[in-house]
Amino acid sequence: MAAAAGEAAGGGGGSPSSARRRLRIISGHLRGSPRAPGRGALSPSPCKAQGGSAGPASGSIPKKRQELLKWNGWGYNDSKFIFNKKGQAEFTGRRYRLGGMVLPTFKEWIEKTFGASLEHKTTSRASLNVNDVPPSIVNEEFLQDLRATKISYSQDAEDRVFRAHGHCLHEIFVLREGMFKRIPDIVVWPVCHEDVVKIVELACKHNLCIIPFGGGTSVSSALECPEEEKRTIISLDTSQMNRILWIDEKNLTACVEAGIVGQDLEKQLAESGFCTGHEPDSMEFSSLGGWVATRASGMKKNIYGNIEDLVIHIKMVTPRGIVEKNCQVPRMSTGPDIHHFIMGSEGTLGVVTEVTIKIRPVPEYQKYGSVVFPNFERGVACLREVAKQRCAPASIRLVDNAQFQFGHALKPQVASIFTSFLDGLKKFYITKFKGFDPNILCVATLLFEGDREKVLQHEKQVYDIATKFGGLAAGEDNGQRGYMLTFVIAYLRDLGLDYYVIGESFETSVPWDRVLDLCRNVKERIVRECKEKGVQFAPLSTCRVTQTYDAGACVYFYFAFNYRGISDPIHVYEQIERAAREEILANGGSLSHHHGVGKLRKRWMKESISDVGLGMLRSVKEYVDPNNIFGNKNLL
Amino acid sequence: MTALGTRRSLSLHPYPRFASPGKRGPRSGRRDEAFPGPRWDRTFPLTSSPSRAPSSASAAPSLSVVSVATAGVPDPEHRSSPQSCCGRPAGLGEKELTSKKRDEFEDILEERRLSSDLRYAMKCYTPVIYKGLSPCKPDAIKSAVLQSEQVQYVIKQLAKEMGESPDIIQEEATEILDEMGHRMQLGAVRFFAFTLSKIFKQLFQRVCVNEEGMQRLQHAIQEHPVVLLPSHRSYVDFLMLSYLLYTYDLALPVIAAGIDFLGMKIVGELLRRAGAFFMRRSFGGNRLYWAVFAEYVKTMLRSGYAPIEFFLEGTRSRTAKTLTPKFGLLSIVMEPFFKREVFDTYLVPISISYERILEESLYAYELLGVPKPKESTSGLLKARRILSDNFGTIHIYVGQPVSLRTLASGRINRCPYNLVPRHLPQKPSEDIQEFVSDVAYKMELLQIENMVLSPWVLVAAVLLQNLPAMEFELLIEKTLWLKGLTQTFGGFIEWPDNLCAKKAVLSGLALHSNIARLADGHVVLNDKGMEDGAVGEMVFRHALAVLMCATYRNQLLNVCVRPGLVALALHMAPSFRKEEVYSCFSFLRDVFSDEFIFFPGISLKDFEEGCFLLTKCDAIQTSQQEIYPTDKGSGTVSFLSAMFRPFVEGYQLIFRYLSKEMKEAFTEKQFIPGVRNFVFQLLEKGSTQCYEALSSDMQKNALSALVQLGAVKKKKMPNGFTYNVNQEAVSKILDMFDARIPVQKPVAARL
Repeated sequence: MAAAAGEAAGGGGGSPSSARRRLRIISGHLRGSPRAPGRGALSPSPCKAQGGSAGPASGSIPKKRQELLKWNGWGYNDSKFIFNKKGQAEFTGRRYRLGGMVLPTFKEWIEKTFGASLEHKTTSRASLNVNDVPPSIVNEEFLQDLRATKISYSQDAEDRVFRAHGHCLHEIFVLREGMFKRIPDIVVWPVCHEDVVKIVELACKHNLCIIPFGGGTSVSSALECPEEEKRTIISLDTSQMNRILWIDEKNLTACVEAGIVGQDLEKQLAESGFCTGHEPDSMEFSSLGGWVATRASGMKKNIYGNIEDLVIHIKMVTPRGIVEKNCQVPRMSTGPDIHHFIMGSEGTLGVVTEVTIKIRPVPEYQKYGSVVFPNFERGVACLREVAKQRCAPASIRLVDNAQFQFGHALKPQVASIFTSFLDGLKKFYITKFKGFDPNILCVATLLFEGDREKVLQHEKQVYDIATKFGGLAAGEDNGQRGYMLTFVIAYLRDLGLDYYVIGESFETSVPWDRVLDLCRNVKERIVRECKEKGVQFAPLSTCRVTQTYDAGACVYFYFAFNYRGISDPIHVYEQIERAAREEILANGGSLSHHHGVGKLRKRWMKESISDVGLGMLRSVKEYVDPNNIFGNKNLL
Repeated sequence: MTALGTRRSLSLHPYPRFASPGKRGPRSGRRDEAFPGPRWDRTFPLTSSPSRAPSSASAAPSLSVVSVATAGVPDPEHRSSPQSCCGRPAGLGEKELTSKKRDEFEDILEERRLSSDLRYAMKCYTPVIYKGLSPCKPDAIKSAVLQSEQVQYVIKQLAKEMGESPDIIQEEATEILDEMGHRMQLGAVRFFAFTLSKIFKQLFQRVCVNEEGMQRLQHAIQEHPVVLLPSHRSYVDFLMLSYLLYTYDLALPVIAAGIDFLGMKIVGELLRRAGAFFMRRSFGGNRLYWAVFAEYVKTMLRSGYAPIEFFLEGTRSRTAKTLTPKFGLLSIVMEPFFKREVFDTYLVPISISYERILEESLYAYELLGVPKPKESTSGLLKARRILSDNFGTIHIYVGQPVSLRTLASGRINRCPYNLVPRHLPQKPSEDIQEFVSDVAYKMELLQIENMVLSPWVLVAAVLLQNLPAMEFELLIEKTLWLKGLTQTFGGFIEWPDNLCAKKAVLSGLALHSNIARLADGHVVLNDKGMEDGAVGEMVFRHALAVLMCATYRNQLLNVCVRPGLVALALHMAPSFRKEEVYSCFSFLRDVFSDEFIFFPGISLKDFEEGCFLLTKCDAIQTSQQEIYPTDKGSGTVSFLSAMFRPFVEGYQLIFRYLSKEMKEAFTEKQFIPGVRNFVFQLLEKGSTQCYEALSSDMQKNALSALVQLGAVKKKKMPNGFTYNVNQEAVSKILDMFDARIPVQKPVAARL
């Protein structure tokens, strides 16, 4: 199932109410969540609105994705960074808190950091050139069988192209300037588990290839169609399977169809006063099935856990049949957990259709916070101590200096002289009075969640630890902006692309004792590789420690550079990214913490899990899908 | 000159080639227009790929890793990894064969002769330092070492095993550290700067340095931790190097010195304050010592505290021939990179060559078995009479810093340290050991490449083939001829442009009047100390002169060894068939593996290189099946094989001794006097002329060659090693030397 996890975006919502909801999460302004009476309509009905061409009204993402979402970039059509007539950066739309705000220092930052200039612009083509799109080749017998099932489908060029990619840099680049060599031949929209069973049966009967598609936020080339695939490729879009089937308040679980996207899931659960607490940065667009298929991780995993901790039961349709367990229990000892064959299978084994997931009451209170450290080393030491004492807040992230400055550049115009005076005072206190070097200091952002009293207590505990490592509390606002950065960054890439700046993020997990070495070496490697590959300006090469665990941490890198003067920027970019990954592995980091392997990182699978390990996975694939119906060629 | 002017500070010209955008070479101006805004404003590493560094390629000498790597024909087996720079194929197994441009030299003493030494010693000294350095005192380093997880782990481990309290072992560790640690103080440095200025001016005519090398070094020091790897011919080496770095306003290195220096009362302490730290000669078995020592070195390296300096050869080469490398310290300094505790480490080969070696006669005595005087302050004082002597010129060539990361890329990518906590002591994997060994040899070959050869070296080589006396004119003629040959082979001869050959030879003779002299138009060795002494004494005097003379010829050997052994093989092989010549070559290369420096494991490459060089100077011709000397080149071939003949004969004598006389297990202590007596008697009887076989260096090398060839068994005993000779195997090897036996099997199908 197509990807989800990317920490690549966040915030916003499809309808005004969801926008408010997201706003609440992001801004952290507590708003007494209306304990709306549980949705009476919830019922475990087998299937709904068969064959209706109009999608169910409840989903945020329509069948025609392009009506709501950018076809050649990230997120909503109406939300993007622009330079206004005064040459100042501005974020459009009303979906996000940043919407409509002017960012006075951003232009200078982008010029200083990348050597980019507003005068040098590249433009994407305005719309998809339908004539370039590879033709849809589907045999008539299959189409007849498909029509008989009454499942909605499309062979429209746009529909097919917009399901041929995720959000890797090269994919977006192709959308802007080129065309994919291979795209799906047909898109189908099942609306329930039974529909999926029928589609898989048909694909087996006609020997066709299925590539499941969820939110389309993959950053591992997982959605790319293998060029050499000769069979008809069916893109199985799960977006219309988006109902919550039931909520079990006694056991605090909910059974949900796998196509639901994060924001809808939270919105609908909230109506009953619950949440899953699973918030990957892509949660506006990524789907539950995608989370399962990629082993996703959410920002607040410290309280709620990662997807593997949240999932109670999975139903998956495979060419061999349906795989599921006989009960919904917290734990069982029945040999290796079959869920672990499914989680991280990246659409190679089948389609996840229904997931029973843990839920929690919506927390009473949320509070952001931030701590400034004199340097990155002290910050990491503090996070390590917090992890050691197992008192990590819902989220704790440490950004390095470059990212701190990045965040600073996204500060909106201040409303009053008083605020700007306060800012100046704060800056003076930290840099002059406390002697922090503004070019070395780094910031941890915090998010606390829970009972009001406990949150305040917890907050004190964390700030006390931070003090021991030379940290200074730096206010809620800075923390909040830190989290904002993670969702706007994906929009920023589109802006960068307009001005010859390309970039991407990538992640890893690493034992505590190697965090510092890994961060330093990978950043340095990127800088060096850029230099060697003829990049004219020093790149942005920055990292943050974004999750803490008992035994290690998740580290997230941003990397971007100005590609003017380079003839094949994507190739150069890919070489550098590859070098960075090599560096990560040599430093004892993992191949991926939550983005997954896809096709982008396949080459390192063998060394990551050993020959035998790979063989184990292969043999599962061979048994479950001997004819390679799920032929997206991910992972193995 | 002003005080400031006397500083040879390079920081005044901060590395023009990597300087600010303004100085960026012709193309950059255009780029500046096209791309306004900031660029690579930070300084950049210079050798991750030297050939790509902006415009440095033109100015820097071409011995950089990459150019070496790309120069040769890649070994077909390894073609898959063309980027690997120290990969067997591309690494310095093959040297760049075309003549290379080397940096110009500057005499640093010239300035010293013109201005006040005191002012020089008191100059404002603000060396450039590593960018990531957090400054700390020597004591802070010591306590960091003691508290380190690595040392604490070993302490706990030992405490458990020996049932002792960790405190006692901790104390022991503290003592080790105190014995070892340096206490660099600026005062001591200034004291040395002053006295060394005086002494060096007295001893040497000139001290020549390639300034570009110093610039590269200056840049490297700021970028990554730096390890200085000088050649070791004299005690002067490390004094000179520190002096040099001080002169150029670079961070003074901390130096691994043998603990025997501590025997010198005041001097030992002074050295310590000038940055030396001391290691025991052997501590393989002492885990605590090893842990403390390794951690001490690594802590200094990781923190970028100062460049670390040590001698790959382990000890001063008594013969002026590069000794085979020791791997222990090198693997310690490489470990932080393997564990990715540092991004990279620069290894800087430094070649220090002496026109006349300070210790030349001491060495000769020592080689003949007259024991080396223990290092003592009074000994040093006694040696001060040498101050009245002239020791000519010193050349110091600071090589291109070699990036360890570049060397390792493609070789060591799978980090073997990922699955074990990094502070646990871990035996390096075979891969790593092999890599360390390759790097060690590579560094030594780089040292050899930049070793300056004085005209006297050529004179000595010619003279030794023409004993007892050689006509002066002929000597000049031959010397000139040898100069050409050496240059063809890539030797680095410093021969003043306008100096005629006669003057060069004469000045060599003047400088080395203790070795040879001109008498009646002939040049003879200066061995007539006691004209009418007993036969034994005559032999001894003559041996002394020969060995001293050989010390200079030896400097030429590693330059000529590949063509030389081919020449020798041509004489030895029963026919000119390629595979037979190669088989002889390969046998000689194995036998002399401790005598000369070969990159491990690529015999065929060495052979090809030797043949290539001989072809280049028209000495041989090759056809499909055969290699044979040309008419014109037979002189060259004979000369080269004669140059290596003493080693062949010497080894034969030593092998003969072993196969005949040594029936029982023996130790090295028994072997050396035994074989010395044996050779001595033969010399007295006149049945051999191979005086060099008296050299204990050759004797030890020959023994260790037999051990490697499996003809002698080496066993570790409680009180050292004992040896057992396999007579049959040794005689077989002896046969190989003279019998023109046919080749057993087609060794070289790939020829």
